[in-house]
Parts: sequence; C-alpha cells; structure tokens
Amino acid sequence: MSAAAFTGTSVMDIDAAKVRGAGSNVHFDKVSVAYGAHVVLHPLTLDIAPGEILAMIGPSGSGKTTALRAVAGFVRPASGRIRIGATDVTDLPPYERGLGMVVQNYALFPHMRVEDNVAFGLRAQGADKALIGERIKDALGTVGMSAYARRYPRELSGGQQQRVAIARALAVRPRVLLLDEPLSALDAQIRRNMVEEIARLHRSLPGLTILYVTHDQTEALTLADKIAIMRDGRVCSHGPTTELYRRPPNRFTAEFLGRANLLPVTVAEAVGPKGFATARHGDALLTGAGRNEKAGDKSLLCIRPQHLSLTADSDHTNRIVGTLQEVHWQGELTHLVLDVDGTPVRVSATRLPIALPEPGAKVPLFFAPADTSLLPEDAGV
Amino acid sequence: MSEAVTLRAPAFRREPGKLWIVPPAALLALLFFYPLVLIARQAFLDDRGVANVAEVIRVLHSRFFLNALINTVSISVAATAGCLVVGLVLALILAFVPFPGSGFIARLIDTFIALPTFLVTLAFTFLYGSAGMLNAGLMETFSLPLPPVDFLYSAWGVILAEVTVYTPFILRPLLAAFSLVDRGQIEAASVLGARPFRIVRQVILPAAIPALIAGGSLCLLLTVNEFGIVLFIGAKGVITLPLLIYGKAIQESAYQVACIIAVVNIALSLGLFGLYRFAAGRLGA
Ligand SMILES: Nc1ncnc2c1ncn2[C@@H]1O[C@H](COP(=O)(O)OP(=O)(O)OP(=O)(O)O)[C@@H](O)[C@H]1O
Ligand SMILES: [Mg+2]
Repeated sequence: MSAAAFTGTSVMDIDAAKVRGAGSNVHFDKVSVAYGAHVVLHPLTLDIAPGEILAMIGPSGSGKTTALRAVAGFVRPASGRIRIGATDVTDLPPYERGLGMVVQNYALFPHMRVEDNVAFGLRAQGADKALIGERIKDALGTVGMSAYARRYPRELSGGQQQRVAIARALAVRPRVLLLDEPLSALDAQIRRNMVEEIARLHRSLPGLTILYVTHDQTEALTLADKIAIMRDGRVCSHGPTTELYRRPPNRFTAEFLGRANLLPVTVAEAVGPKGFATARHGDALLTGAGRNEKAGDKSLLCIRPQHLSLTADSDHTNRIVGTLQEVHWQGELTHLVLDVDGTPVRVSATRLPIALPEPGAKVPLFFAPADTSLLPEDAGV
Repeated sequence: MSEAVTLRAPAFRREPGKLWIVPPAALLALLFFYPLVLIARQAFLDDRGVANVAEVIRVLHSRFFLNALINTVSISVAATAGCLVVGLVLALILAFVPFPGSGFIARLIDTFIALPTFLVTLAFTFLYGSAGMLNAGLMETFSLPLPPVDFLYSAWGVILAEVTVYTPFILRPLLAAFSLVDRGQIEAASVLGARPFRIVRQVILPAAIPALIAGGSLCLLLTVNEFGIVLFIGAKGVITLPLLIYGKAIQESAYQVACIIAVVNIALSLGLFGLYRFAAGRLGA
C-alpha cells in the first residue's frame, strides 16, 4: 500500500528535487566487478532517481551486495563508472562519498553509547557541537529511540540496535542511503513493523534516495518505487514495482516476485488496440493482456494465485478446468493446488464456497483478462 | 551445629580427585617457594648467618642499587613503549592492509618468540657494532677514520634489542584482538566519513585496549628481568637489577646484598605479573 503511495513518481521527483537539489541520483554506467577471473557483476547500467527507493532483489550470490558495495566504495569496479548526483565517485574513497549504510548485523560501535554512535559521522566530518546535539535528537526521534540515548548497544534488542544503526546513518544527512538486508536478522513480527517504519521514514524524508538490497520480495513490494531483479550478476528486469508485479517481462521475474501460475498457451489472435490478445490453452480460449504477441506465438499466460476464483462473475470471463489435488488451510488464506492439463496451478482464496470440492474433483477456475499477462515462453534472461 | 559440619567435612572431602593437588603443590613448594623463602630469609642475614637489618637499609639507599633500579625501570619502560608502537603499527598493517603474504610474515614474526634472546644481540653486533656492516659500509663510503654509529653499546642498544626481541609478544595478542573486530564496523565508520586514522583511534583501538595492556605488561615483566641482552651488549654503565644480582652473587660473593636486590626484583616482577593477569583476564585469555 505504501508502494502505491510512492508510485506517483513524477510528484516524488519534484519534491525530491526541491529538498535535495536533485543531487542524489545514483547512476551505474556499465559497472562490472570481478574477483580474479570470476565475474560477479556483468556490465550493469541502472539509474536510481533522486528520492526513489530502488529494491534490488535476487537469489543468493546474484551480485546484489556487490553492486551496493560498489556504490559505497568497498568494491572497485573492473570497468564502468558510478555517479552520485553530478559527481563521479568511482575513484573516491568511501569516506568522501557522503552516503549512509546499514547492514544486516547493525555494526554499531560496541564501546560507544547510542548517542555517540549517532554522533560518530558528524564528529568525523567536523560538525560543531550544537549541530551534533540537534542531529542526535532528530535522528533518534525519527527512529523512536530518544529514550535510549545513554545506553550501550549491548543493552538493546536486535530491532532497537537496527533503529540506532539507521539513526546513525541518517544523522549525517546522506545523499543516498544504502541498506543491505537491514531486516534479515530480525524475527518476522519485528520485520513487518520495521518495513512499515522505513516506509514512514521515507515519507518524512522524501528526498532521500535509497538502495535497498534484500532477498525478501515482501519487503521489496512494500517499500520500493522500483525493483531491479538480479540473476547471476545481471539485472534481469527493472521497472516500477506494481508494473513489474502485474506485467513481469519474463518467467524468472514472474516467479521471483510473488507466486505465479504460468500456463503454456498459443496466441490465437494478436494483441488488439486495447492491449489484449486471445490465446488457446487446450480447448479453452483465453483473453490476456499482451505486448506485441502475434498469432501462432508460443507464450505463457501469467496468473497470480489470488486472481483465480472458484466462482464466475462478470469480470472473470476466462475459464479453465483443473483437477483438485491438495487443499492447505492457513487461517487467513486457503491454498488449493490443481492440475490443469499437466500444469500445476495454485489458487489462494480468502473465501471459499461452503461445500469445498473433494480432491480428485474437476473444478472450474475463473479469472479476469486484466489480471493476466502474456510473456514470451523462451524469455531467457 | 557448625561443629557437626566441620567434623563431617573431612570424611566427605576424601575424594580421590582432590588428592591430585599434592604432587604439584609439593613440587612447587620444593622448587619455587622454598628457594623464594630462602632468598627472602638470606636478605636479612649477613654472610655469617646473623640478622642484619641495617645492611638492608644501606643497600636500598646505595647509589649502585638506585642506579640499577632506575636503569631497569627506564630501559624496561622505554623498550615496552617501543614494542607497543612497533607492535601496533605492524599489527595494524598485518591485520587491515591486505597484501599477499601477510599471513606468512605474521608467522615469521611469531617464530621470533622461539629464538634465544641473545641471538638478536649477536646479530646486532654484526649489523651495528663497531666492526659491523653498517659502520664498515659508512666508513668505506665516506672514508671515515672511526666507526660513526655508536649507539649499540649504550642503553639505546639494549632498548633496540629488547624492542626487536619482545615486539612479537605484543603482536600476538593484538592480532588476536584485531581478528575479532567486525569489519562491518570499520566499513560503517568509513561510510560515515571517518578517515583511516580516526577509524584506528575510535573503532579499532578501543577493541584492542585489553590486548595492549596484557601485551604491554608482559613486555614490562620480561624486560625488567632481561639478563642475556644486557649482558651481551655489555654497555658500560648499563647495569640493571638482574645484572647487579649476578655481579654481587657470582663475582663479589656478597650474598646478602644479592638477595636484598633479588627480593626487590621479585616484588617488581610479581606486581607486573598481577597487572598482566588482570588484563589478560579482561581479555578473556
Ligand atoms: N570477496 C570476494 N571474493 C571472491 N568472491 C566474492 C567475494 N565477495 C563476493 N564474492 C562472490 O560474488 C558473488 C556475488 O556475491 P554477493 O555477495 O554480491 O551476492 P548477493 O546477491 O548479495 O547474495 P546474498 O543474497 O547471499 O547476500 C558470489 O558468487 C560470491 O561468491
Ligand atoms: Mg548479500
């Protein structure tokens, strides 16, 4: 929902420009990184607009941390340039880049009180005492830790330590905030709260550009204006969050960002003026949102589990039939697994008919054309 | 009631495990405490076995004793300071500046601990002695009549040799402490705008203070008792407590004087050892 709040990017950009003088965009210009002969980041070109939250997600080892550390200055690109605002920072040491960074294990200074942790960056930059006092108050207030200023890190819980780490990064008023799996060490409940708090934080600092590395798609979907999906050291898709979720450009994106049912289809009628194509799956003729599909193309029809319904209505005009195999009740949601001509199809439903069909029964499934997306079957990445 | 407890206690205490304290305790008493007591006793008896406390006071006020005490403490403090500085710089480089072969260098320095201390002194004589390589080279290059470098046969020579020999004792605990410093903290500090010097001062050193205290007090302890290096250098006028004890006991057969000085030396050592244990305890060693 906060993602929705951030998707009005044009408004955001104007705000951001006002607040931060448009100097906080991050630009990767064909940046590659190699350890010895092992290339871990293939030439990467990517832009993060001022005030934007870009979530970089992808499987373990896909190069997310490497990309973030290249921005911070801890990894030297083998080729390419990195710019922050108008400055080419590729050859600058980390301490001259004007960034904030928060990592998974907090990395607070254990022998310093919370307030001294927060003041560290300002002191390093030679700020005067009055300003430091003011900023400590500000930063700790922002993360709700004002009452803990005199404590040592070891006297705080994991969630509190992470708040202090965020306050420490914010106190220097960085142009760009780098977050590398900042919530991974926290348990699920606290993580959910912290995600919402980071969203709130960003609303109060709209000019702050954030690069948010995570492997958690929920965090990415909740927070990000844009998402870049990494795979094997390359960006395999990049776009506005809702766009990428609703219209994934390839199979990997569809399956990595949320759950996806991918039904193999053959295009019957090319994409029309309204952006819909018809496609055939077995006997069923289905309508789906397409790009530039032509009749005869082999394609995949992507349908999210929550968009499949057991009951028909005026919107849900597509119909397929599957054999019910499993039912998993999870409290808020019930998951059904069906077999549709050899393709496993998952349905997530909040409400179900009172008389649930037995496993083995033939069950019709309905979905709306607007909730689908056609994607090329062989869209290798 | 308390009587019952004390009466029954011995019966319960007679577990086989507890008896194992006897052999090491006896050995310790025989080899360590007994000679210690003998030395302490001898300090108050003159060479005919008659109590002589006036001699104690005379020795403690004598010029030769005070000189040796001052020499010992100042050489030891200077050498320890040198070890701390050199050890710290070396440890910082070995731990935080990635260069190929740093592990090998660390192990090489480690093996220094295994070498006898006078070996370094001997090597120093070859390097910096009046007929050593440095002087020979300088004399030849600048056609000098006399060896120009002459620090070896002084307190400076002793200090330099001790720094060379004992720096590994600082290096070891420091490297151990540095290996525990979270690299994430260093990176966080760096991103926040701290330059390397500030990071060393405010992030790395606080984590290494117990190691510095432990290594430093160990160095003090070892240099206070150093005998081989001082003897080998044989600098005129550089007499330390161990050397004085040796001279009085072996060369002059003045046993009471030797024992009085030895008691002072032992007290100094035990005090430093206490400091070392305290620091090592805080380090978790
Ligand atoms: N210092 C290094 N030396 C050699 N290889 C490295 C080094 N750091 C990372 N790599 C390699 O680079 C690749 C990308 O690593 P990176 O840490 O960027 O992955 P990641 O996407 O952040 O993964 P994760 O989700 O597990 O954190 C991995 O294959 C990793 O093994
Ligand atoms: Mg990572």
